Amino acid sequence: MAKHTPLSKEFLKGLWEQNPIFKQVLGMCPTLAVTVSAINGIAMALATTFVLVMASMLISIIRKLIPNQVRIAAYIVIIATFVTIVDLVMKARFPVLSKALGPFIPLIVVNCIILGRQEAFASKNTVFRSILDALGMGSGFFIALITLGGIREIIGSRTFLSYQVLPNAFEPWLIMILPAGAFLTLGLMLGFINMYTDRKKNLEKESLIDQYRNKTKSESAGTVAAQEGI
Amino acid sequence: MNTVVKMILTLSSIGVISGGLLSRVNNWASPLIAANLKAQTEEAIFNVQPAAKTYELVKASGVEVYKVFGDDKIPLGYSLVYSGNGFQGKIRLMVGLSPDLEKITALEILEQIETPGLGTKVTEDHFRNQFKKLETSPMIILVKGVEPSKPNEIQAITGATISSKSVVAIVDDGISIMRELKKEGKI
Repeated sequence: MAKHTPLSKEFLKGLWEQNPIFKQVLGMCPTLAVTVSAINGIAMALATTFVLVMASMLISIIRKLIPNQVRIAAYIVIIATFVTIVDLVMKARFPVLSKALGPFIPLIVVNCIILGRQEAFASKNTVFRSILDALGMGSGFFIALITLGGIREIIGSRTFLSYQVLPNAFEPWLIMILPAGAFLTLGLMLGFINMYTDRKKNLEKESLIDQYRNKTKSESAGTVAAQEGI
Repeated sequence: MNTVVKMILTLSSIGVISGGLLSRVNNWASPLIAANLKAQTEEAIFNVQPAAKTYELVKASGVEVYKVFGDDKIPLGYSLVYSGNGFQGKIRLMVGLSPDLEKITALEILEQIETPGLGTKVTEDHFRNQFKKLETSPMIILVKGVEPSKPNEIQAITGATISSKSVVAIVDDGISIMRELKKEGKI
């Protein structure tokens, strides 16, 4: 089963076309919970990407050795191992971040982006493609989390990455750093993105129809002219 | 039969390898994590007792109390770690007390999960600084809406009355336990 997708496509699709948050709407729990600030989003996305890349690589290497009946169990054990490593390293090296992210680092184990990619991609593709796919998905997740966290941080506490960007005269919207703010922001972002893609699709459709019409018109005009000419 | 054996073999070998890897990482990380925890506690002890130079854990007291000393081993008072219920969950704090337990030196909130932007104001200087040089007898009183007029009063945070009340209650509880321990001669 040879694949003809170009390698760059395997990476790029995660950024927009199949962005895990905006398009696949996976992994909502950590997305909504940790994005009170941009730095939390960055840390969460980096941790998830690390687990995703390592798990995709390993599972893609041993994909032919795992019997089909126990594949999910095997994936979970492998993912849990990497998550525990990340959790321990964070606790040891970045205690402040680890405190801020709290229970959401251990919960990466059940993040459906990771298990989803293993099941849908790494278990069927070569190692290199799986790593590219994981990196792309991770970057897509990163983009989504930093945007969401950035918006919530700017409006909710006037800062971006702890640098003040809005003047003191701006009264911070408390709701943005409460869970409700996460739902509102993500909902609006998804809405706008869907609006944009829908509009783009409609424009493409219309231009295609126009093209076709013009073509048929000019063709029929051409034939008429040719007949009259003769 | 063959698949069963293969299934068991694959899963067990994955488990064994994962376990081995994790134990190695844990061996590396656990001393660092312990050191981080110790550094955090130490920082808090000296934050609530700014004049302190050394400290020691008071054993056999049932609560986490550190006795702090200045230069030449002069006892300066205590740093007490105490926790209780806040608005949404546990609040764990450390309070610095004078040797006779009559005055608070400073207050530090160690852990809390209060409402962001409202209850979390208990961790901010504006609220915490009220505890500096606060008198503890007979107990700390929380006042709402007005400036504190007595030396044992604390002004509640607007919009976070329950969180403020909880902090004061935790400090009061902690101090009453300290008083009992003092009576029994344990500290």
